[in-house]
Amino acid sequence: MAYALQQLINGITLGLIYGLIAVGYTMVYGIIGMINFAHGDVFMIGAFLSLIALSGLASFGITAVPLALALTLVFAAAIAALYGWTIERVAYRPLRGSFRLAPLISAIGMSITLQNFVQVSQGARVKPLAPLIPGGLELFREAGFTVLLSWMQIAIALTTMICLAIFTWLVTRTPLGRAMRACEQDLRMSALLGIDTDRTIGLTFVIGAALAAVAGLLFLLYYGAIDFYIGFVAGVKAFTAAVLGGIGSLPGAVLGGLLIGLIETFWSAYFSVQYKDVAAFSILAITLIFLPTGLLGRVDVEKV
Amino acid sequence: MTRAKTPLVDAFLSALIALGLFAPMVGLVTGVGPHGITLTARPRAVLALVAAVFVGRLALRLWQAQRRLVPAAPGRFAISFLAAARYIGPALLAVALVLPALVGRASLDLGVLVLTYVMLGWGLNIVVGLAGLLDLGYVAFYAVGAYSYALIAEASGLGFWSCLPVAGLLAALWGVTLGFPVLRLRGDYLAIVTLAFGEIIRIVLLNWVSLTNGPNGISGIPRPTLFGLRFTAGDGPGTFAGFFHLAPSPAQRVVFLYYVILGLALLTNWVTIRLRRQPLGRVWEALREDEIACRSLGINVTTTKLTAFAVGAFFGGIAGAFFATRQGFISPESFTFMESATVLAIVVLGGMGSQLGVVLAAVVMIGGPELFRPLADDRMLIFGLALVVMMVLRPRGLISVRTPSIALGKGEIITADFVTEGHG
Repeated sequence: MAYALQQLINGITLGLIYGLIAVGYTMVYGIIGMINFAHGDVFMIGAFLSLIALSGLASFGITAVPLALALTLVFAAAIAALYGWTIERVAYRPLRGSFRLAPLISAIGMSITLQNFVQVSQGARVKPLAPLIPGGLELFREAGFTVLLSWMQIAIALTTMICLAIFTWLVTRTPLGRAMRACEQDLRMSALLGIDTDRTIGLTFVIGAALAAVAGLLFLLYYGAIDFYIGFVAGVKAFTAAVLGGIGSLPGAVLGGLLIGLIETFWSAYFSVQYKDVAAFSILAITLIFLPTGLLGRVDVEKV
Repeated sequence: MTRAKTPLVDAFLSALIALGLFAPMVGLVTGVGPHGITLTARPRAVLALVAAVFVGRLALRLWQAQRRLVPAAPGRFAISFLAAARYIGPALLAVALVLPALVGRASLDLGVLVLTYVMLGWGLNIVVGLAGLLDLGYVAFYAVGAYSYALIAEASGLGFWSCLPVAGLLAALWGVTLGFPVLRLRGDYLAIVTLAFGEIIRIVLLNWVSLTNGPNGISGIPRPTLFGLRFTAGDGPGTFAGFFHLAPSPAQRVVFLYYVILGLALLTNWVTIRLRRQPLGRVWEALREDEIACRSLGINVTTTKLTAFAVGAFFGGIAGAFFATRQGFISPESFTFMESATVLAIVVLGGMGSQLGVVLAAVVMIGGPELFRPLADDRMLIFGLALVVMMVLRPRGLISVRTPSIALGKGEIITADFVTEGHG
């Protein structure tokens, strides 16, 4: 029981991180109908930016943990947003109206580019980071097993909640959010009604990249080790989360993220750690085959 | 599009963005020191990159302004290229046939590698180029072929030539098994699911230690023979050198392997060309152009896709068996996603559906970095950038033409720029 509860806590923490990344996939898919394959690598870049910022701040003598983390978060989100915007501008915008697989191939190229860019510029070694927020809350003990809710996990949950709250406010209450939702419903009609669709799409990438960078920071803090390859697997899992929740649906992305996090954690705890990625990838295939609209998605009617 | 900014302002803004992108990621290098992470500043590299972006953007804008005055006819290059292709193809084949007499052993080894990728490219071209299905897990079939050959040869003692078709058929069987449930999916979903399958196969190979020996791989895979003649160091009975009374030399085996893979690749090409003229091949291409139209005409889309998947997987498996016999050693390391991406890059850059394009792309992308060793580290970086640039500039590939597979009288060649594509 205690063991299961601990896995539940760990799974939710991991799931929140996946959820943050999945939002970026689902938003872009909802608006321009493409899988932004490079999104996982933007997450990886966010993690590296966080690492650079944390080490930079430490060398400037800013060691107060909350201040350092807040500054890092803003820095990583800002630069990653710039990456997101540039990627869209360079690799996707020229392809609007091209044949249907062109943006996906371009996105794969972008993903390979980003991975190898980081490998060349930052080195291929795994970068460790000493835990910044040690300790935690002992919930209860049972048969020698302690259920621990670490401060780190609380911080991750709080950060995710705040980011998702800001994001929800942005999408539901601001003119930009209205434009985004309009573009999601009908891109061409929105353009006819005077919405600058290119700008809206660009900003969608900016927001998605910023959220991915926050996820990158949280991942770095939680696992304490990153390398240039983390974006690939995390990206596929987050995409699985987006599909599971129903692609195009924003609450679905978070729900899917939580489910994937829980499934992965419980699978590792009770079956085998080696095959945890197989579990996630299989869920992707099974969902797409049997439940292509996901849990909260709409049925997509295709017009000829 | 962008409002009319002067090229200089535009280049300046681009440089500013580049500064933001590169200053942290390139300018500050994280290293692993004894007391945690260390940072090293690299201002010169950032400055060089920013300057490169500035100059590049400026040149691009000026060139664009220039070009707007003289619009180029679409696809003129491709047409003239294709007219020349009638001679390039046979010329390349002739060069390929006499290559062992011309170059040394090291270059011939590289030739074997390039030809392996040519074969993989041609195999994937059936799936991506002809049928228009984006398969990101092609390496799975390559791996299945390689492991099938290694395991069957180990267990049964059969030789390369008996195992080769079995390896191909097993890979095709996998293609059908994996393809059957997923081929109903939309194009981009299919891509992601094939990617997931590729990774699943690699993870299984890595962890199923009792069968595959896990990360240590399988070694001592039997080498191919020429009608039972072995290519070993000595010249005793039953070896190639002994039979023909030649001085034994390791170069003989390389030459033999070269001709084996050349033959296998040409077989792939021949089958593809023949299939394209058959109803099946024509349906593949129709499917690529417009799936909904195909469905309306009563074509069974799923089985058609399945055949493309299976044929592509078959050749992938055969290439895998060849890879295993050439290396004599295989491990899951050789079958990563990057391998799939490399083959896909070859197909895309060659111009999806173009057989000659695949050859040229394989020579440039595999041969090129091997010749310029210093670039080898950045090879994948260049691959990735090439994919993006290719999609932006010539989304249909270098040789983007459509040849009608059947025509009344003389078939006209048109460039792909004139072909629009339906949904599906």
